[in-house]
Amino acid sequence: MASGIKDKVAIVGMGCSRFGERWDAGADDLMIEAFGEALADAGIERDRIEAGWLGVFYQDQSVSRSGLPLSMALRLPNIPVTRVENLCATGTEALRGAAYAVASGAVDIAIAMGVEKLKDTGFGGLPERTKGTFEDQWQPGFTPPGAFAQLGAAYAARHGIAMDELRRAMAHISCKSHSNAKFNPKAHLRNAITPEQVLAAPMIAYPLGVLDCCGVSDGAACAIVTTPEIAASLGKRDQVTIKALQLAPSNGVEMGHASWDGSHTLTTPIAAGRAYREAGVRDPVAEIDLIEVHDCFSITELVLMEDLGFSAAGRAPADVLDGRYDRDGAMPCQTDGGLKCFGHPVGASGLRMVYEIYTQLLGRAGQRQLSSPALGLAQNLGGIPNRNVASVAIVGLHAHKS
Amino acid sequence: MTRGITSWSAYLPRQRLARSAVASALAWCRQPAKRAATGERAYGSWDEDSVTMAVEAGRLALHAAPARNAGALHLASTTLPFADRSNAGIVADALSLANPLDTQDATGSQRAATGLLLRALSGAGAGDTLVVAAERRRTRPGSPEEVAYGDGAAAVLVGSAGVVAEFVGARSVAVDFVDHYRETAADHDYALEERWVRTEGHLKLVPDAVRHLLGERAIAAGDVHHFIFAAPHGAAIQVAAACGIGAEAVADPLLERCGHTGAAHPLLMLGAVLDAAGPGELIVLVGFGQGVDVLMLRTTAAVAGAMARGTVGRALSSGVTDHAYVRFLSHSGTLAMDWGMRAERDTRTAQTVHYRKHRELNGLVGGRCRSCDTVQYPKSRVCVNPACRATDTQSDEVLADAAGQVKTFTEDWLAYVPAPPLQYGNIGLHGGGNLFIEFADVDPGELSVGAATRFVFRIKDVDHVRGFHRYFWKATPVRS
Repeated sequence: MASGIKDKVAIVGMGCSRFGERWDAGADDLMIEAFGEALADAGIERDRIEAGWLGVFYQDQSVSRSGLPLSMALRLPNIPVTRVENLCATGTEALRGAAYAVASGAVDIAIAMGVEKLKDTGFGGLPERTKGTFEDQWQPGFTPPGAFAQLGAAYAARHGIAMDELRRAMAHISCKSHSNAKFNPKAHLRNAITPEQVLAAPMIAYPLGVLDCCGVSDGAACAIVTTPEIAASLGKRDQVTIKALQLAPSNGVEMGHASWDGSHTLTTPIAAGRAYREAGVRDPVAEIDLIEVHDCFSITELVLMEDLGFSAAGRAPADVLDGRYDRDGAMPCQTDGGLKCFGHPVGASGLRMVYEIYTQLLGRAGQRQLSSPALGLAQNLGGIPNRNVASVAIVGLHAHKS
Repeated sequence: MTRGITSWSAYLPRQRLARSAVASALAWCRQPAKRAATGERAYGSWDEDSVTMAVEAGRLALHAAPARNAGALHLASTTLPFADRSNAGIVADALSLANPLDTQDATGSQRAATGLLLRALSGAGAGDTLVVAAERRRTRPGSPEEVAYGDGAAAVLVGSAGVVAEFVGARSVAVDFVDHYRETAADHDYALEERWVRTEGHLKLVPDAVRHLLGERAIAAGDVHHFIFAAPHGAAIQVAAACGIGAEAVADPLLERCGHTGAAHPLLMLGAVLDAAGPGELIVLVGFGQGVDVLMLRTTAAVAGAMARGTVGRALSSGVTDHAYVRFLSHSGTLAMDWGMRAERDTRTAQTVHYRKHRELNGLVGGRCRSCDTVQYPKSRVCVNPACRATDTQSDEVLADAAGQVKTFTEDWLAYVPAPPLQYGNIGLHGGGNLFIEFADVDPGELSVGAATRFVFRIKDVDHVRGFHRYFWKATPVRS
């Protein structure tokens, strides 16, 4: 029985660029910005890094294919760089590659970099993308908001909740993330908004208005990982280690079988269950101190609270409205503003989430700092509700015994 | 056994443009009409063309037929989407008709459909032939054709078993009388003066052919119960009178209900007559276009109980009145709206993939697992049922006629579609399947979880760069 990678990999340095409409920056600029911070944080020479994993989603939009963009931008000394892509879970996938390389003993120090340069399309929203030579011929010409909006109608029907009531809870989610992002200087959207504004915003894809949708942002985030032993030798006293890194892709059930009712994500509970086992977390509600989830749209965050086991089925709207996931609530969620407000440069997002947890665990979160968190969870949902890749990463202080 | 008609049907697009809306939109440049602009014309959505409408009419005719199959599919239209690709072949694939199959496109004249029907009826020894006619003619804004024409399709199944109207005789004459024309690849018709067309064309060519056929068959004009001539009622009465046929026999031209559906119109009117005809009634069907086709049919005792009874009536009454003239212009391809940069998305079709999957795509053929009975789309090597996942156990399952239920849906204002919002969602299929699919002909706010749906054949994407468009199925609400 495999023992997993719990506490076998330490994060010794992280960096994150400012997210937003970075008209001033290309993908290479964004990577250099994140890398500079991570390298200074790690306190190592660049050439000690032995392998790299680069996460990019829209390859044709920004840096093209292969591992070359990372190697070239940072002028790495011809170390192996692997380019990975797993939809919106790409950043976490890059971290998984780097962590596995260290855990396996193949290398001592590795880097995971996620980057996305979205704002070179000339239009709002995410770039148009082919779904494949057969899929393009039959699947709807959907957009991400439209695909995720499907959760709204199905959730309301499944739990017998009026759409107006559901939308009020969704509005609270957006307002909460805006109020958190106010204290995050790197966030894309830092303005405060009201539930009334959310509910009155122009409809993008029913029941999602424009303020139910996350920012389309440029940005990069990275992590330098090594073993706890090497981290200690580098003088790292408060170490953040990876407790679990799990992935669950769809196998077609949601899109092709009646057993999925469309009101939740099938893969997230699977990835979470594996991650809890790998991390040795028995009671997520009691043990986990903060969460960063894939709030690409307000409805996504709402159903994820149930899929991760933090709210009982059908209870998420009430829990949300009760403030349970607010920064001062029992389970702070998106303390950095989340995808909604920090922004969603697709390939960087998984690493950005881990960056916030890392920042909070080390007590560096400034005005948004939580009181002594020890364990955090980051969840991505790549793709769309009926065809996706769910990832769950759990990171915590090394001393923390879960 | 005598050949004759065994089933019939019609399909008309849901949207019916009120002619009054056209008149008021054009009031700035037109004198008020002497007669009020009355009635409606049917017009297709952006995703309908002669092929998609032919599929819908053909399906209905086959559903109402004693045997739901045909050995030949003949398609008539002057507005076929492909000049060199068998349009009938697309329709046949969509109808999942089995080979061997005789397919044929007939075009070039308003007599295209009557000519095909004539040949199907006179084809002794042949199997069942499905004759489908469809028309979607573009018109210039402000032209008489804009309000006179309509989009639509009609189908007639010809065979020897279960005949509801048997073939009596026919006559065809060819005369290069150019009442209107459209040059190859031109967008619009060029129509000549109505008075000349009526006097020199309708009133001379038609009576001559009809009288000749009646004489040849020794049938008195007074014995004709139904005279079908696709022209305004008053004009048709004049032509009937010139044939010796009384006004009471002149069939309703349906122009107030849907407009003139071109080559399909004689079949549409024929279907409307069969919807209500009694046994033993003589029908004279006229096709007019650079000559005349006259076909004579006599209804049998089976007509009153035919399953197809009422199909044309239902098509006529299934429309919704539309006053949005600009929408009509846009859907008809006359007005090029700005749909934004998302409309620039490349929609190249991988033809090799399309060929590998043509039955799945054209016919909505999915799979049914022989191990667990789960219905699924697309058909795949490994069963999608998580409790089964057996390999290579799926048989073909035609899902085109499967009932569905809305599981999820949205109205997406961001996605590119020439009729925003793009509506799509997950449809639960009876038999355990799920299909992620676009909706067609849905009004905003109309969808709800649990609503019953059926599938319709539509244009999926248009590739303006390569002059190609691809088809697929969409879900539409079942309306009572």
